[in-house]
Amino acid sequence: MQSIRQNDLPDALPDFRNLGVMSRVLLSVNALALLIALARSREIGEFAARVTEIAGSLEPVLLGVVIVLYAGSTLLERLAYVHGLLAVFGIVLAVTAAFFPFQPEIDGSGEWRRELVWSLGYAVLGTGVVAWYFHLRNRAFSPTISEARLQALQARIRPHFLFNSLNAVLSLIRKDPKRAEAALEDLSELFRTAMADNHELIALRDELTLCRQYLNLEQLRLGERLRVQWRLDPTVEEALVPPMLLQPLVENAVYHGIEPGIGPGLIEVHIERRDDRLRLKLTNPYHEEYHHRQGNRMALANIRERLQLHFDVEASLDTRIADGRFEIDIVMPYRTSL
Amino acid sequence: MTPLRVVIVDDEEPARNRLRELLEECREELPHSIAGEAANGVDGLQIAAASGAEVVLVDIQMPEMSGIEFARHAQILDHPPAVIFVTAHDRYAVEAFEVNAVDYLTKPVRAARLLTALKKAANGARLARGVLESIDPAPRRYLSVAERGRVILVRVSDVIYLRAELKYVTVRTLGGEHLVEESLAQLEQEFGGVFVRIHRNCLVARRLIRGVERGAETEGEVGWSVVLEGLEERLPVSRRQWPQVKSLVS
Repeated sequence: MQSIRQNDLPDALPDFRNLGVMSRVLLSVNALALLIALARSREIGEFAARVTEIAGSLEPVLLGVVIVLYAGSTLLERLAYVHGLLAVFGIVLAVTAAFFPFQPEIDGSGEWRRELVWSLGYAVLGTGVVAWYFHLRNRAFSPTISEARLQALQARIRPHFLFNSLNAVLSLIRKDPKRAEAALEDLSELFRTAMADNHELIALRDELTLCRQYLNLEQLRLGERLRVQWRLDPTVEEALVPPMLLQPLVENAVYHGIEPGIGPGLIEVHIERRDDRLRLKLTNPYHEEYHHRQGNRMALANIRERLQLHFDVEASLDTRIADGRFEIDIVMPYRTSL
Repeated sequence: MTPLRVVIVDDEEPARNRLRELLEECREELPHSIAGEAANGVDGLQIAAASGAEVVLVDIQMPEMSGIEFARHAQILDHPPAVIFVTAHDRYAVEAFEVNAVDYLTKPVRAARLLTALKKAANGARLARGVLESIDPAPRRYLSVAERGRVILVRVSDVIYLRAELKYVTVRTLGGEHLVEESLAQLEQEFGGVFVRIHRNCLVARRLIRGVERGAETEGEVGWSVVLEGLEERLPVSRRQWPQVKSLVS
């Protein structure tokens, strides 16, 4: 199922641990059941009866399937798309068959073979429709991902930062060549990542390294004015996050929060794990008269969009202004590499 | 010819160091001395005023006072210096400089470009009036008064009222009064969001208006006057401005 277009994502099963995916499965299967009920009833009164009848046999099966998929999602993730799809069909058929003896319409009249075939048929039909829906959705969203990536690229490399940093490095070359070397190394790393075509999740540890390299460069030119306080739970470094999640936010904090101030300013980064959620909180001084400096909204919209593409409704990004500080709050599922 | 006196104004220390290095390289071809350095426009103005420098190299993006605002205040000095702007990347400013033939340098600065700009400045090139205002029409943060060897800067947000008298405008703050050589009409245009006109000769800070009082009888008519926070004095409202003032207090 490889596509010729380079920007397309290869087909993949949806993430069955994702709330958004689950609700889509439940909604689409029930919508399909309603359609079938409508097609099989000749009058309005009959429709209600049909719906009750179908729901009675459908819901337990559906719930069972969803639970098995949730439990088996890590295993399914490792399979190639076609194998994964076959496995899902297998699971659905198995669950349907397992629930069959408890179905209300079984009366031991010998009709049960026919009923079983019908049930399995509906199960295959429903699974096929949902699989087709996710396949289309994947195709529809993959250009968005490349679009978002391009946008991200533009938002990330602020020319202002590049030229100021180069100027700072030039000022070091004669007096402190060692520091100039280190600064150029940081700068290259930063741009290598920023220009990479990567949209796979990465370990937060790597993103934090990138942020520190970026802050080293800014420290070079801003000196005492730039103060950063990190507060990290020990376990969070393993968490998986979209690449370039934090760095653009830290860059924004410097641009909007530190540069407009004459005196020292503090950036705070708090990252903690709460059960199965990862929570990132970033604050910086708020300068009202500079809040219109361009770029902030774009970077935030970009990150919000990428979070949504990766985690659907399970991730959120909120901002607010409190006590003279600008705050960004990100909540997303806590995942680690397999 | 006495060597050119140069002042460097940039909020980033490495950027100031870099300019110093480059000036050093230009020294043989164009003798000059560094009269001083500052990390912001406010200090930079004092150094420029006290030293009587001929050239100032100023960064555009600085906290508290932008390079453009710095240049506007530098124009009122007894001997206004030539201002050479330095910028890392400010697309809008650069476009405006090109249109108005204002000299500027981009970071990282090159010695050859710096030398050309210094030579132009040494030959007496100065900005035409009104160019800076058209490049950046954003309101200033300060009003400035030049005195011998120093500049008095008054924060616009500290001003209680502005009153026109003959060829000056009195700037009233809690701390006292200053005279600036500007027109009330232009101040009203620049700071329309901050001040409101209550009389042909007077603008008051909108945020300080606490109410109005029946004032003294003038020319047989009882007028209104404005009550401002922190000020004993009552300022008369003209009949013409009364409707606007009334809408602000009610």
